[in-house]
Amino acid sequence: MRITQGTFSYLPDLTDEQISKQVQYSLDNNWPISIEFTDDPHPRNSYWEMYGLPMFDIKDAAGIMSEVRKAIAEHPDEYVKVNAYDATRGRQTTALSFIVNRPKHEPGFRLERQTGEDRQIKYTLHSYATEKPHGERYSG
Amino acid sequence: MQRRNLTANDTPAEANASVNGTPASLDLDEAYRASQVGEVLAKLDRELIGLVPVKTRIREIAHLLLIDKLRASVGLASEPPPLHMSFTGRPGTGKTTVAMRMAEVLHRLGYIRKGHLVIATRDDLVGQYIGHTAPKTREVLKRAMGGVLFIDEAYYLYKPENERDYGAEAIEILLQVMENQRDDVVVIFAGYKDRMDRFFSSNPGLSSRVANHIDFPDYTLEELLAIAHLMLEKLNYEFAPEAETAFEEYVTLRMEQPQFANARSIRNAIDRARLRQATRLFEIGGTVTPAALKSIAESDIRKSRVFDAATPADAPAG
Repeated sequence: MRITQGTFSYLPDLTDEQISKQVQYSLDNNWPISIEFTDDPHPRNSYWEMYGLPMFDIKDAAGIMSEVRKAIAEHPDEYVKVNAYDATRGRQTTALSFIVNRPKHEPGFRLERQTGEDRQIKYTLHSYATEKPHGERYSG
Repeated sequence: MQRRNLTANDTPAEANASVNGTPASLDLDEAYRASQVGEVLAKLDRELIGLVPVKTRIREIAHLLLIDKLRASVGLASEPPPLHMSFTGRPGTGKTTVAMRMAEVLHRLGYIRKGHLVIATRDDLVGQYIGHTAPKTREVLKRAMGGVLFIDEAYYLYKPENERDYGAEAIEILLQVMENQRDDVVVIFAGYKDRMDRFFSSNPGLSSRVANHIDFPDYTLEELLAIAHLMLEKLNYEFAPEAETAFEEYVTLRMEQPQFANARSIRNAIDRARLRQATRLFEIGGTVTPAALKSIAESDIRKSRVFDAATPADAPAG
């Protein structure tokens, strides 16, 4: 099951050139870029791991792209995303965030129903990937 | 003027430029105008006194790049020319300023995407412990992507007397990027001529990748005076008539002294003259006219220590 998180996630995977153009758009808007990765695809997992530090003072996408490629090469079987942060007063939030790499096989989620008092049903999402421990989730 | 020469020379060739149904001739003038390089070059001429060999060289490079673009547009082989450069010259000869203009020229011609200049010295590139250098150098290179990286006093990167020095590592990374990401960044090495020569001869890999060596000559007395006038004009000052000759004498004496830094020394001399002018005006007190505010008097220059040093010779540049 294909994870759809962040911008462009309903489109086919972006090519290098398309990523580079989105990055350039962000830089032209003065949004510093950061790269993050994770192997826990739960939609409520908002704490991805940082790949290096956020990159400030960079004018051209080529400077970012080398880092993006390195991040993907180091985490080929994990989710990698690119975030652009808008620091403008009053906004101060992520302006653009999109996935640039995903595992080859995404096992997806199971819906769990929990019966509570008075047969009330509570729902929760269980990610098949997280059944294995961290670090082994997508290998093999 | 250069431009017209070029057109005249190249017109006959243009007629033969037809390749596989592409237009029989291309308008060189039009391409030149469209690139707006002329503007930058004219600005270079206007704002930088002297430096004839440098200007000629930059014009040549600009022409080559433009012709190369035209060749590409008609389907002729066009290998992007190697653009890494070395600027050699004494301090204050305008290396940084020219590098800034160079970035602008390359940007106008579309060889670099952004046209900004990142200035770096050894401190910015070389780390203090193992594993510290590579990230530091990469960080600077990342910032320079799409623009020009200007490495001032580049020879400090290489310290042959210390084999544990990390400078070599920085050079290695620079080389890699200069070779593999030629479209992304242009690197300019700058420094004194003799030391740069030694630097290049001990790093053959580097010197073979730096195609353009530009030497910045020292300024002559006339050029220095012209520079002084340009600076004063920008600051809205002017020399009183007697100050003019005093300043000429000053520059002549100053040029003889060690640590003379060409245009930078002139700038400092003017700054000190402004200080003395301000003090003089305060000592007089009372009312002051706009003309007096503008004018630098002979005494403002004569008070310089350079004139004292002319007789004995102990005081440093002052």
